[in-house]
Amino acid sequence: MTREATFNGFVSLALLLFPLWAWWADEPFMITLATKVAILGLAGVGLNIALGLGGLVSLGHAAFFGIGGYAMGILASHAQSYAPLMEWPFLIEGTKSMPIIWIVALIASAVAALLIGALSLRTSGVYFIMITLAFGQMLYYFAISWSAYGGEDGLSIYVRNGFPGMNTLDPIQFFIIAYVLLMIAILFASRLARSAFGLALNAARQTPVRAETVGIVPYRLQLVAFTLSGAITGLAGALFADLNRFVSPTMLSWQTSGEIMVFLILGGTARLFGPVVGAAVFIILEEILGDFSDYWHIHLGVLLLLIVLFARGGIIGLVAGEEKRHA
Amino acid sequence: MHDPVLSVRNVSKSFGALKASKDVTLDLLPGEIHALIGPNGAGKSTLIQQIAGGLKPDSGSIHFLGRNVTGLSTVERARLGLGRTFQISALAMEDTVLQNAMLGALGAHGRTYRFWQPVLRNRDLREIAEQALERVGLTDRADMRTSDLSHGQRRQLEVAVAMTLHPRAFIMDEPMAGLGASGSKSLTEFLDQLRHEAPILLVEHDMDAVFALADRISVLVYGEVIATGTVDEIRANPEVRRAYLGDDA
Ligand SMILES: Nc1ncnc2c1ncn2[C@@H]1O[C@H](COP(=O)(O)OP(=O)(O)O)[C@@H](O)[C@H]1O
Ligand SMILES: [Mg+2]
Repeated sequence: MTREATFNGFVSLALLLFPLWAWWADEPFMITLATKVAILGLAGVGLNIALGLGGLVSLGHAAFFGIGGYAMGILASHAQSYAPLMEWPFLIEGTKSMPIIWIVALIASAVAALLIGALSLRTSGVYFIMITLAFGQMLYYFAISWSAYGGEDGLSIYVRNGFPGMNTLDPIQFFIIAYVLLMIAILFASRLARSAFGLALNAARQTPVRAETVGIVPYRLQLVAFTLSGAITGLAGALFADLNRFVSPTMLSWQTSGEIMVFLILGGTARLFGPVVGAAVFIILEEILGDFSDYWHIHLGVLLLLIVLFARGGIIGLVAGEEKRHA
Repeated sequence: MHDPVLSVRNVSKSFGALKASKDVTLDLLPGEIHALIGPNGAGKSTLIQQIAGGLKPDSGSIHFLGRNVTGLSTVERARLGLGRTFQISALAMEDTVLQNAMLGALGAHGRTYRFWQPVLRNRDLREIAEQALERVGLTDRADMRTSDLSHGQRRQLEVAVAMTLHPRAFIMDEPMAGLGASGSKSLTEFLDQLRHEAPILLVEHDMDAVFALADRISVLVYGEVIATGTVDEIRANPEVRRAYLGDDA
């Protein structure tokens, strides 16, 4: 086993054991923190497919995170008010079922990523960053002005959505749901990275002309990657809204996009567990430093600067050394 | 006589006021190595780009396997079987040698959209890639990171990646560039064999290699083909001697 695989195993275990300990010690707040790490890590796993594997620096992933959040908010708010979403041409009612909400969140954010990607991927470099940012901001302002669903104030959901056979209001049970989804997404991302698609996407990032000369269309690969990436981040958005029982335009703000990217940089871009480690460090810092001062982001900024300057592989790079993409 | 595999007909291309290709016409016949020589800046790479699909000619047309491919993209031409190597190696430097070779195999065989199975365990693709590596002599480097290869090994890998397409024609832009004497010699021997699989349009500065390999030579000067002929004809051509080879050649 490589050092990175060992470390990944350690991270998975720690993320599972910590909330189990908190449950035993009756510390529900600690379980919620771990759940937050799992969900934000999942959002990062999504971004990592576009950014790490595809080299697509998207500053608009809050769009997908928010769409997932609003998918949950809209469906659940209709369910709690017993008012159908629409009656014509066919009846669509709200739902409080997590699996259905997840599927809607996945599809809605995938469609959004497909459309945004189809336009953004015609550009590259700084223009790509700016266009994805612009799309994110468009959705942000749209949500602010969408008074039917709370506008600037957002939408509150009174009771967490349900999952068959589980009591989702119990923090540890909700944690388990988030954790399992995170692990499934990581498994998918690891298979993807080693698949034919992953090899081609990675090569298209490094040398697009070579990809074309062997009959591979970089644009198409990148669009598929961007869509998968947006869908996973959207699923995380639905879970995040469920964790807080609240969704607001903040989920769509560019700061959210920035934070998801920060997870990757902290943990290690293109590293399988990079987003999880990054999200964990981010949330730990937020909890510890946030108590001392409201300006804890300054400390985060310094840390980021150090990592970008001295440890390009992030924390996983420091622990496990240079990445190996074999086997 | 056989139909040409590749034919460039009256191709012109300008960059602003600079005429990089002037009414260029040339053919690549089955089984031959057709060398394209000319001083730096003559427009050799520009012509290669137009044949490969990276640049569109201003006028004229390009035919490959009897088809007019002037309007086709690089990707479409690659899928028809045009194997290309670059003057400056274009390889995925972070990936292994084997991964680079497999890229060619999977692109050519349209197996890119597979998301779950580890590509390195795909026997068919792996076999194609390993065969190509073996033929250029890189078998023992297969698991090395491409950025760790020497310059000469990268040039060999360029050729191997093109081979994984099982192309119907090769176009090679200065494959010997930067190789030492022994490197050039072994690549020369290799290309001499390769011509039996598919004809090669070879841009090359190394005159020993050109004279050893070429069935025909075209000389490009200021975007214009000033002569096409056998090695002996080109050696004897006074215009070529003046413009390119130097009078003492
Ligand atoms: N994209 C481009 N834009 C403008 N000028 C170019 C471009 N590509 C090549 N040229 C010019 O066209 C001429 C031919 O270049 P090139 O085809 O690279 O020559 P060669 O490969 O024979 O050395 C040179 O003068 C070069 O500067
Ligand atoms: Mg050149």
